[in-house]
Amino acid sequence: MECLMGLVGKDFVITVTDTMAIRSITVLKHDEDKTRELNPHTLISYCGEAGDTTNFAEYVQKNVKLYGIRNNIELTPGATANFVRRELADSLRTRSAYQVNLLVSGYDHKKGPCLYWIDHLSALAQVPFAAHGYCAYYCISLMDRHYHPDISLDEAMGLIRQCLEELHRRFIINMPRFVAKVVDKDGIRVIDL
Amino acid sequence: MSIMEYNGAAVVAMVGKNCVAIASDTRLGQQAMTIDTNFQKVFPVTDKTMIGMAGLATDVLTLRDRFRYKVNMYKLKEERTIEPQTFAHMVSAALYEKRFGPYFIEPVIAGMDKRNQPFICSMDTIGCINFAKDFVVAGNAGGGLYGMCESLWEPDLEPEDLFETISQALLNAVDRNALSGWGAVVHIITPDQVITRQLKSRMLDWADPTVKDKAVRYTRL
Repeated sequence: MECLMGLVGKDFVITVTDTMAIRSITVLKHDEDKTRELNPHTLISYCGEAGDTTNFAEYVQKNVKLYGIRNNIELTPGATANFVRRELADSLRTRSAYQVNLLVSGYDHKKGPCLYWIDHLSALAQVPFAAHGYCAYYCISLMDRHYHPDISLDEAMGLIRQCLEELHRRFIINMPRFVAKVVDKDGIRVIDL
Repeated sequence: MSIMEYNGAAVVAMVGKNCVAIASDTRLGQQAMTIDTNFQKVFPVTDKTMIGMAGLATDVLTLRDRFRYKVNMYKLKEERTIEPQTFAHMVSAALYEKRFGPYFIEPVIAGMDKRNQPFICSMDTIGCINFAKDFVVAGNAGGGLYGMCESLWEPDLEPEDLFETISQALLNAVDRNALSGWGAVVHIITPDQVITRQLKSRMLDWADPTVKDKAVRYTRL
């Protein structure tokens, strides 16, 4: 029922997440931030089983930060994505597997912007655009049609707005509020939708 | 829904004259939804051996890492590179180790041994090896692949002819399979080099600037 989207542009990545904390049929909260900053140029957004999500996200966040402090060099987004995948993969074959879907978005100073898609089974793929949850069924097709690799920030925001409009029009769940974050060479910032 | 059919894959290997070929599709899906069209399933083991894995994507990645570690350790301990036959038994043992909670992949191994004899084999999820002198297949398009290989393959194909044969077999098999396809990668292993080629099947090519209207990009290239 939750919604995560991501899109790699010319020199940036956008991630969009919904802001609802749901339990059963009740909305507990309308301003939940489903993202965590791992280091100045890497952001993860997550959805899934309520306790697992924040617990896992904070666990990898703290470990990526610790790596940065210990080694005096930050993990690249690619390395971070592989670290997250491995942690999730190791937990998958235990009795208490984390049920978390993730998007890792980052800006690599050598390779540029990148987006990694990781599902709850910890399959990892580097993709130009991605979505998790029911919203994927609506948004992937729209992005397929309108995406191109050197898309500008304004154009990308337009595409995201189209996706959200589609969700409002067709998706049974009412999602009134979304948060969009941009990762680029200057770091991570919130951007108005 | 079987977990073996969750992500979708097709892998095939063939023997030629002093060469072997291994090929796979490049789709990663979540059942009917395609996530990625550039997902690699075939990985180099040595200069003359490769492994392809069809099945659950997470286990493809986990085992890729695991086999890389095992092959590196073998190289350090034995001070020689691993033979494809030896590697096949290493893979088999690694899979059988998890007999009662298996990795959900079917591996395909192709390589040239130290006498430059071609070697191919496939396995089930718990490491039962199928040695073959002609071709092996794995994945969702397995049935279709068997049919194509059965009719196209012949003994003693030269590298270029083997490339054509394996490519046609794979493309025509995945085109009739909804869970695999979206491009393919073919590796031809000869005694002195590996030739790798990307194939376009029914797919979108974002990087191609010559195609302006994306709607027509779905035509067979």
